[in-house]
Amino acid sequence: MSADTILNILVATIAAGTPLVYAALGELVTEKSGVLNLGVEGMMLVGAISGFITMAKTGSLFLAVVCGMTAGALMSLVFAILTLYLMANQVASGLALTIFGIGLSAFMGIKYTSVALNGVPELHIPILSDIPILGRLVFSYDILIYLSLLILAGVAWFLYKTRAGTILRAIGESPKSGHALGFSVIGIRYLAVLFGGAMAGIGGVYVAVAYTPMWVEGMVAGRGWVAIALVVFATWRPLRVMVGAYLFGGVTIAQFHIQGLGIEIPSQFLSMLPYLATIAVLVIISRDKNTIRVNSPASLGITYHPENN
Amino acid sequence: MGVKLLFKVEPRPVPLKKMRYLSPLIAAVMMLFSGLIIFSMLGKNPAIAFHAFFIEPVNDFYGLGELIIKASPLMLIGVGLAIGFRANIWNIGAEGQLAMGAVFGGGIALYFNESTSGFVLPAMFIAGAVGGMLWASIPAFLKTRFNANEILVSLMLNYVAILFLSLLIHGPWKDPQGYGFPQSILFSDSALLPVLIEGTRLHAGVIISFAAIGVGWIFLLRSFLGYQLQVSGLAINAASYAGFKYKKMIWIGLLAGGLAAGLAGVSEIAGPIGQLLPSVSPGYGFAAIIVAYVGRLHPGGIFLSSLLMALLYLGGESGQMNLDLPSAVTGIFQGMLLFYLLAADFLINFRFRWKSIPLRQGI
Amino acid sequence: MDIIGLKTNDGTRKRKDTETGAVPRLELRGMTKIYPSVIANDSIDIKVASGEIHAVLGENGAGKSTLMKAIYGIVKPDRGEILWEGEHIDIINPAHARKLGIGMVFQHFSLFETLTVVENIALGMENQNDMEKLSKRITQVSEKYGLPLDPERLVHSLPVGLRQRVEIVRCLIQKPKLLIMDEPTSVLTPQAVWKMFETLRKLSEEGCSILYISHKLYEIKELCHKATIIRDGKVTGYANPADETPSSLARMMIGKELPVCSQDKPDINGQKCLEISRLSKKKADQFGTDLNNISLTINSGEILGIAGISGNGQRELTNAVIGEWLSEKPEDIMICGNPAGNLDPGERRKLGLGFVPEERLGRGVVPGMNLLYNYLLTAHRHNLINWGLILFKKTSDFAKKCITSFDVKCGSIDDQITSLSGGNIQKFITGREILQEPKLLFVSQPTWGVDVGAANVIRQSIIDLRNQGTAVMVVSEDLDELFEICDRLVVIAGGHVSPCLNVEDTTKEEIGLWMNGMFPGGPAESLN
Repeated sequence: MSADTILNILVATIAAGTPLVYAALGELVTEKSGVLNLGVEGMMLVGAISGFITMAKTGSLFLAVVCGMTAGALMSLVFAILTLYLMANQVASGLALTIFGIGLSAFMGIKYTSVALNGVPELHIPILSDIPILGRLVFSYDILIYLSLLILAGVAWFLYKTRAGTILRAIGESPKSGHALGFSVIGIRYLAVLFGGAMAGIGGVYVAVAYTPMWVEGMVAGRGWVAIALVVFATWRPLRVMVGAYLFGGVTIAQFHIQGLGIEIPSQFLSMLPYLATIAVLVIISRDKNTIRVNSPASLGITYHPENN
Repeated sequence: MGVKLLFKVEPRPVPLKKMRYLSPLIAAVMMLFSGLIIFSMLGKNPAIAFHAFFIEPVNDFYGLGELIIKASPLMLIGVGLAIGFRANIWNIGAEGQLAMGAVFGGGIALYFNESTSGFVLPAMFIAGAVGGMLWASIPAFLKTRFNANEILVSLMLNYVAILFLSLLIHGPWKDPQGYGFPQSILFSDSALLPVLIEGTRLHAGVIISFAAIGVGWIFLLRSFLGYQLQVSGLAINAASYAGFKYKKMIWIGLLAGGLAAGLAGVSEIAGPIGQLLPSVSPGYGFAAIIVAYVGRLHPGGIFLSSLLMALLYLGGESGQMNLDLPSAVTGIFQGMLLFYLLAADFLINFRFRWKSIPLRQGI
Repeated sequence: MDIIGLKTNDGTRKRKDTETGAVPRLELRGMTKIYPSVIANDSIDIKVASGEIHAVLGENGAGKSTLMKAIYGIVKPDRGEILWEGEHIDIINPAHARKLGIGMVFQHFSLFETLTVVENIALGMENQNDMEKLSKRITQVSEKYGLPLDPERLVHSLPVGLRQRVEIVRCLIQKPKLLIMDEPTSVLTPQAVWKMFETLRKLSEEGCSILYISHKLYEIKELCHKATIIRDGKVTGYANPADETPSSLARMMIGKELPVCSQDKPDINGQKCLEISRLSKKKADQFGTDLNNISLTINSGEILGIAGISGNGQRELTNAVIGEWLSEKPEDIMICGNPAGNLDPGERRKLGLGFVPEERLGRGVVPGMNLLYNYLLTAHRHNLINWGLILFKKTSDFAKKCITSFDVKCGSIDDQITSLSGGNIQKFITGREILQEPKLLFVSQPTWGVDVGAANVIRQSIIDLRNQGTAVMVVSEDLDELFEICDRLVVIAGGHVSPCLNVEDTTKEEIGLWMNGMFPGGPAESLN
């Protein structure tokens, strides 16, 4: 393999990992507040088609991102009302959201099936992008990739360096104590869930508008679920989410290149790789129960009843 | 104090039992109502669309048969999943377990294609059951041994199973005379389920589903094991306090789903489909999650909700044919049904109170 | 009801009594809070003068905590007025309360275990971002009141007594005018209670009013200037605690004399029912305690009490005995002569172990099930299963017997378990375990949070069981309770178990010292 090929693989890996960075960061913040939203796949799909339609109609990436985020957030709002106001089971509500999202996105996208877009151009930064190797490796991506890194830094800073972030983590650990101190547990969780929805939405937009700019029903293809697994893999830490996302990006890209190497493997086997990798990673990280218990937000997935305190 | 609210939400002193049975009905009605709104938004006459979607498919004998054919895998898998769901074991891999059931059962059918023996069909079902359970045993093993989340593992395995089925049908099991289409040869008669009633396509596979309702009823509501599963789901600490083995519950919960889905897979290929195709299920594995939940994890409820869900499938097809309604509407209906149910369940434990009501002293 | 070397401070009390002419710091008029199934507070009036230590006395479930939460802005009262330094106010939320100068120390702490002391304190204050400055103030304030704290420690690494200290310092740092303390002494040794009273008196002298919530009569007699007594949500009397006797306070609190258990211990030729030898176990996670070389024996016909401040290894010892933690050597734990260290809870029950857990809802009983199904939970071994199917008739007969024999107040066995009060649930659990005729009964916190009447039924039934020859092991943080029902006592501290003492040969003071680890072979350094 030439150096150029390796460079291309690395660059493609970053792009393949980016939707996961978005979605998993959103889910991370949601889970840090103590809410488990299994509807990421559904939110990503609806975000994807909303962004796709906007892009197709207006050609504006900015509007596409805004619409995708809004759509994702609206989806998560349904989940938030169910679980936070109506106190429904979080697992069941998340599954319902995914099933609903799959149907809704397919419905919205009927007229757009197999329509292709131009994709998102890579930024060309004068001088920097022209540096050999480094320029290609660091300064050659589209704007949404840089945005994802910016949001990553923002989330890390927010969670560990601000009072509001400390409150969010505290609520996720003990909503009861938070309530006793006068924090609005439900209000904070609404915001965290909405942020998760918006991030899933933009992750979906990236898949449909930038990564493979063509609408295919169900094109998120399990990335939402991988994102949830990534949060576990990252033991609820933002930087590790990024590492995990790019690792998965690498596995996804690897399947194309293995075929390129002339090895005779049925394509279906290669397509299984990301899913099998997810399972492998989950097993590795979960096998020590203590790691999970110590790192996961203590109230994760448990419905909070303010009246009972 | 100060602020006057129109109404107030408060917990009921005692959960309203009646509401547990009422809320699926409320959910169904709300779903139908939302359906009317969606139909009008699509520019269809709601009354005509409603008729095409919910009445037309079942207004004759043949249609009723189709309804039961569609409901059959849903109720079978629904009961299987309910066993796990009662213990909070979230098997969402039924779609993959169904596919593996079809692969195993279909393998038998293809291998014994020349045979006219009466044992082919039973062997297919046994193989399908084994296939579904094997696939479900992966999340069970990984959960009990490595504590890996069964939701994510079983979900991921759906993709793997469907890719595996696709691999076989694009490769070794492809019909050589199939003009390059990805499909197996048609099964011989000995590998096909007999039709029960002339004039319909109602096949013998539905007997298994009805039996599952009966067996599930006894198991879940009368047996001590069913009780243990329920305790594990409601209060895991109480289960371990009582000495129930959670790992056993995990295995039972997942294997029950795998068994049911595997049987359903064979029923599909040996019944309405008659061969192996890349897609042997229009999402029955996921729809069955809704069926189980809307049916209150109770076999009787699952029976009814599987009929409702089957109607949504038929309505989707009929609406597409007659009114050019997109078939994706079915998915939206399914999702909404579960949303409304979850929302209506709020009324089991809470009530809205308008103004204040005279007080009652005492506990 | 003896008092542990405490001296009354009549001087202070008289001085405060003469201040009646001034505007009260806090006045409540007609405070009412109604929940769907119960009136928690019914027209309650209270006046608290500045610098006054005012007791709110009432038994578990009387409505004390609800009233305090209303003052702190967590609970919105349905009717009633709050006057703060003579002015009508609505206290909107805890931040508002803190701004007025109200601080609250919760019974179940409002702390976050994975955060540090300083982060926890910052979260209970408004706009605190400079952690270094705050750390310095924490050190200053905590030393001034004799409550030293390390601001950088993670809360989960602190023993319970120190966690309470975090809550107290969090209030003191905001220079409160009114401090609410909800059952603060339940996590302290007698010596630590005495130290805390000193701090509270000092605060009172500085002019801070204190609302002191308790159901312990001697504490109130000792500390408080005034008392308001609440029963079933209503005020049943106001008193000067100094002028009252424990029994007069008890009559106001529960409407009758405090019930006492009858003992009548028969002479039983004891056999070893539980023998733990040299059991050691590493903690499961950072929140736990290591068990260190624990040995103890319980014979039939006796009650062994395990005293200690919570979080000193009680949970781990309990799990080791009942089988939620397995040991490698089966001989570590012998139940009725059988090696049981490697047996799971179900198998240990077969050997004759019964267990009443500390956590009732969610462990002792299943919320969401009725009494019948909850009876089945552990009693199924009583031949209630045939061919894998539940024998409903037989189960129902047993459940009914449990309800009548143990005075469980409920409508029928079809009632949801959650519709019962805490005391009735505990009677039901205890009854269910006793009806299975265990040879060894392990009871954890038998009457924690239970009303006086139910507590008496439970204690008496434990004593009766002992008299029939069962060995009973009781883990409790309530020293009065242990001294009332136990034959022998051991203390657990830092995962070590003390030598065994006969109850007649020891005092609460000695046990109090031992609770700090100061016993022969105990952990060397003090835990408080």
